[in-house]
Amino acid sequence: MSHDHDHDHDHDHHPEAPSPVEARALALESLLVEKGLLTSEEVDRIVSMYEHDIGPMLGAKVVARAWVDESYKERLLEDGSAAVKELGIGYPPGTQLVVVENKQEVHNVVVCTLCSCYPWPVLGLPPTWYKSPPYRSRMVREPRTVLEEFNLTLPDEVAVNVWDSSSDVRYMVLPERPAGTEGWFEEQLAGIVTRDCMIGVARPRIPAESAQR
Amino acid sequence: MNGVHDMGGMHGFGPVNIERDEPVFHHRWEGVVRVMMQRTNGRYYNLDEFRHAVERMPSEEYLRAVYYERWLHAVETLLLEKGVITKAEVAGGHATQPAPEAARDTEPRPKLQPRFQPGDRVRTRNIHPHGHTRLPRYARGRRGVIRKVYGPFRLPDANAHGDHKAWQPCYAVEFAAQELWGDDAGPADRVCIDLWESYLEPEEKP
Repeated sequence: MSHDHDHDHDHDHHPEAPSPVEARALALESLLVEKGLLTSEEVDRIVSMYEHDIGPMLGAKVVARAWVDESYKERLLEDGSAAVKELGIGYPPGTQLVVVENKQEVHNVVVCTLCSCYPWPVLGLPPTWYKSPPYRSRMVREPRTVLEEFNLTLPDEVAVNVWDSSSDVRYMVLPERPAGTEGWFEEQLAGIVTRDCMIGVARPRIPAESAQR
Repeated sequence: MNGVHDMGGMHGFGPVNIERDEPVFHHRWEGVVRVMMQRTNGRYYNLDEFRHAVERMPSEEYLRAVYYERWLHAVETLLLEKGVITKAEVAGGHATQPAPEAARDTEPRPKLQPRFQPGDRVRTRNIHPHGHTRLPRYARGRRGVIRKVYGPFRLPDANAHGDHKAWQPCYAVEFAAQELWGDDAGPADRVCIDLWESYLEPEEKP
């Protein structure tokens, strides 16, 4: 769609003609601005919120707390939306967060085959692969093969539990706390919990230097 | 509707393409589209109407479009259909009339007695509606077990088509992977899907 840039553009000007879809989007934006339904400041503010304030660091905080505080973990598994609010994470009314726990014998993974449902208040907006036809079509039918493409090989004795989010409920995976993290602070623990761990396509890994300590 | 959006189980899409260090938005217009959707969803249309507007895209366009292009299509379609904007305004590039008053959803969630309880055996109905549904094709006519009871939520099949009063309990229903995909699936693997009560019938035999 876009060609490679082979020279520096002056980015104060539009470097090239907008693509048709971009032109359509900006035309609709200007119509809605004229009708008073939004302002461009509002657009910038919300875009910046998604880029800086909402992301997997929120979910990682939740997971780390659950790892160090057994009673918090129980509340989290009982009512995810209420438990994340305890940590100051807002959960929109009308939707519900359900947290599913990985165990030695069960691995959970989340998909939305029909569209792109995702627990964005705790993980931020989903990556493109999550919304793409290969992931949506295959995760329910051949989860082990798809997980291998994410470099996660599960032994046969671990059952895979795929959650196809089709309702107002959003699912997040509570990964297993890895061995070798005994005595870690909550912030350290949160540092090894990635977005992919909470979707269920990865497991938390201890960085090599920490493992050697 | 049995559209191309209902992808669960389909072959032919290739490996998952993982973009390293992906930005939240690849272009500013994608963020613009997201915000336009958020500012109009719940005022002029609901999320089920929005999803159905995405599904109504011609299949070849749906597959060719990037994600936020589908959203743009749906927002434009719904704002035109609901009279928030007109074709003449889109063509002319300027608003010629004010936006209609927005609706506010103030209806409280009713209390409903769920028909099923965790552990109950159910079978999904074999339905192929022309309109919107959240019962994926790959899970129709299949046996499962109720795991969790949610809701009530509005039935998407009705809420996408003007009937906003059809509240129903919703359930996380667990299916053995082999019930869905046959013997090639992992013997202990499972798929859980959130399904509304009217998608389900009791199943007596294990």
